[in-house]
Amino acid sequence: MQHLIRFLIALLIVPLLITGVSAQTDPRSLIDAMAAGNLKARAAQIEALAAIGDAKTVPALQALSDGALYFRKSDKKVFIAQKSGKDFDLFDPLTAENIGTVPKGSVSKVRVNNSLRRLIRSVIGTLTLLSPDPQVRIAAAQTIFKTGDPDSLEALDRALVQEKAPDVRSAMELARASVILKSDSTDADKIAAIGLIQKGDGREAIPLLNEFAAQSDGPVSAAANKAIVEIEKTIALWDIGQTVWYGISLGSVLLLAAIGLAVTFGVMGVINMAHGEMVMLGAYTTYVVQEIIRNGYPGLFDYSLALALPLAFLVSGSCGFVMERTIIRFLYGRPLETLLATWGVSLILQQTIRTIFGSTNKEVGNPTWMSGAYELGGLTLTANRLWIVVFALFVFAALFVVLKKTGFGLQMRAVTQNRKMASSMGIRTPWVDALTFALGSGIAGIAGVALSQIANVSPNLGQNYIIDSFMVVVFGGVGNLWGTLIGALTLGVANKFLEPFAGAVLAKILILVFIILFIQKRPRGLFALKGRAVEA
Amino acid sequence: MITSFLFKALDRRAIWVVSALIALAILVPASNLLLPSDSAFHVSNFTISLIGKYLTYALLALALDLVWGYCGILSLGHGAFFALGGYAMGMYLMRQIGSRGVYGDPILPDFMVFLNWKELPWFWLGFDQFWFAALMILLVPGVLAFVFGWFAFRSRVTGVYLSIITQAMTYALLLAFFRNEMGFGGNNGLTDFKDILGYDIQSDTTRAALFSASALALAASFLICSGIVRSKFGKVLVAVRDAESRSRFIGYRVENVKLFVFVVSAMMAGIAGALYVPQVGIINPGEFAPANSIEVVIWTAVGGRGTLIGPIIGAVLVNAGKSVFTAAFPEFWLFALGALFVATTLFLPKGVVGSFSSAMAWLRRRTAKSDTPVAEPTVRAAE
Repeated sequence: MQHLIRFLIALLIVPLLITGVSAQTDPRSLIDAMAAGNLKARAAQIEALAAIGDAKTVPALQALSDGALYFRKSDKKVFIAQKSGKDFDLFDPLTAENIGTVPKGSVSKVRVNNSLRRLIRSVIGTLTLLSPDPQVRIAAAQTIFKTGDPDSLEALDRALVQEKAPDVRSAMELARASVILKSDSTDADKIAAIGLIQKGDGREAIPLLNEFAAQSDGPVSAAANKAIVEIEKTIALWDIGQTVWYGISLGSVLLLAAIGLAVTFGVMGVINMAHGEMVMLGAYTTYVVQEIIRNGYPGLFDYSLALALPLAFLVSGSCGFVMERTIIRFLYGRPLETLLATWGVSLILQQTIRTIFGSTNKEVGNPTWMSGAYELGGLTLTANRLWIVVFALFVFAALFVVLKKTGFGLQMRAVTQNRKMASSMGIRTPWVDALTFALGSGIAGIAGVALSQIANVSPNLGQNYIIDSFMVVVFGGVGNLWGTLIGALTLGVANKFLEPFAGAVLAKILILVFIILFIQKRPRGLFALKGRAVEA
Repeated sequence: MITSFLFKALDRRAIWVVSALIALAILVPASNLLLPSDSAFHVSNFTISLIGKYLTYALLALALDLVWGYCGILSLGHGAFFALGGYAMGMYLMRQIGSRGVYGDPILPDFMVFLNWKELPWFWLGFDQFWFAALMILLVPGVLAFVFGWFAFRSRVTGVYLSIITQAMTYALLLAFFRNEMGFGGNNGLTDFKDILGYDIQSDTTRAALFSASALALAASFLICSGIVRSKFGKVLVAVRDAESRSRFIGYRVENVKLFVFVVSAMMAGIAGALYVPQVGIINPGEFAPANSIEVVIWTAVGGRGTLIGPIIGAVLVNAGKSVFTAAFPEFWLFALGALFVATTLFLPKGVVGSFSSAMAWLRRRTAKSDTPVAEPTVRAAE
């Protein structure tokens, strides 16, 4: 009989249990359950939520811990609430969807205390450490690394057992080491943890270790101090790397601005003071292309730069062609007059652009693939700078191939070296002159496309680069493409290394003074042409 | 015989220019001060300060012509010497403000009080004395030109390279003077001048006196320049311009010749700047802008380089054009200036004066129909 009664009770309870379990696996009903019950019951509710292991519940838990979880008195539904004036904006606890605004009196706070907060923190750690999204797991590990909360140790260990992704693992191990430092483990464990932290990268480790070294004594403290010194050394190395990168980035900009000049000035010996305006024309071409795309074909925006490149080459190149045919060819052999005439052209071009587009800066957007940044060890490389470096090198290589491997390049070099002889061999020297000048100007145009991504697009764009580009070409050695490359990168890196000590403006002045002195020492630049071409 | 005739003509020309300038120095201020303002010959205050400014520009262009027209050194940094002379004068004028500044500090100029500086930097000492400022107006541009030229000419930096590094020099100075820490007023420069040598800088008589001073300085500089180019040394200058290596092989110390004219020219530019500043009432780093220096080159080129009188005419013509243009069609001034650069180099390589003289020489040859070839003053491309 007793058995029967037990059986019957069991029969009654099992469905109850089943419904209970099914009710408990639904996070929404569990969250809504928090509207009722005292603080003790709340602990059980939180544990129940944790048991589902769904990272979607984290915002709700966090809100509970922050005291931002409220329930509506009318239907006992729980929401995340945000104060707006005298009312509350309610958000769905799971989807964060805005439900609407209610007066203050109609909601009531879900109560929480400090021991519950501690519980929530560890529950959140567990939830996020076990999240299917590796980014969430890494972020969780990094949070624990910073706080070093000893309660997280258990959760970390559990997560580590099943973690497979190596980068997440290393983040978790770092976090574990940080936790061990704060816990009362043995000295040997702590020293091992310090070793682990030292190997991992990070400026965050320094305050952590500093704090630890101050609190502890003996060999552990010594180990921590040693680790700090090591980390600082590594960071200093990375900082140098970062400065070099900034320098290369500046150098690539200089290279882009100067490379067209290396053709017109370096190869042809023509002083083109309107070179900067060719760059500006390229930048404005980009602007026009983007405007057309924005207004007509918004889907093509990511390809705007690719479309702008050939157009900029054509616009600036044809502008250079016309300049050569109408002005410069009458001035060969009179470099100082060429300088003045092209300066006049630059004024006209600037004013033309100002009349058409106005003198304000124009907005040129970055395509999506050029925004964002990459982390490489301790280096941060922004995408647009990275692409510009790549692009500058590509343009350099392309120009190099044109000069050395094509028939046109051969003719160009022949005319540069001995005009009369080249002419006698049947090369149409005036034609080669015009095309060379167009090539140099066209390259300036595509440099303008790249520079539009990092500089202000205004009619004065070219003016800002013209002196720098002349410096690069003169420093590197006229008539030598390699010289231009080395010159641009050297000046860029030197500038960035001077900046921390001297400030940006003084660094630039120092560089200018250095070049002025350098030209005294080597009047023909770093890589001087030798032989007859020098005196010609 | 022909050469001696040419000499006389040139001499006569110099006398003509100098007497015209002296007459200008006397007549214009006199008409401004003595004639009633409704008289047909009265020169207004506005005009007198405008022409006074043109005269300082003309002096700057004359200085450039000495180095470019006669020695083939195309300096794209003469604006720097002009501005340095201007700053030296500006510092003197700042010290004269005394306690009348906004902050009323008896010694420190307003901008230093604003920057919380406690005492005058060493390079401002002595600028309360006019003689010291006057010395600095000559010395600062002169020393800079000497140091710069010493290095550049000895290592035989010539032609375009020299032009580019002079441009770099003025650009570096532009950046430097924009810095507040330099102690030259940063972006705003020096302004709010009260008086010069004890006279109110705003008064009509001071203005007229400054005008006369500008005209006389121009006349004196013109005399010095024509003295230099007419002398035996002037012949060497032209030789260096036209065949530098050959002059060196003959035995002339080319670098010393160049250095001398470069320094003289820089000092003249400094004087021009010093006369310019009290007339316009401000000096700021914008005067160092490379574009300004290139504009000076075009004044010289328009007037005719290697003629001494050309740059004076060119500076006045171009700047008068600028005043008219910027008032009437501000949009088109840069178009006009740009076209002027192109047209001058393409169609008027000798400038107004040079083309005029060759036209006269041609006419004379036609009318004389003599067999003797007429040596015309030629300006060869300075390369």
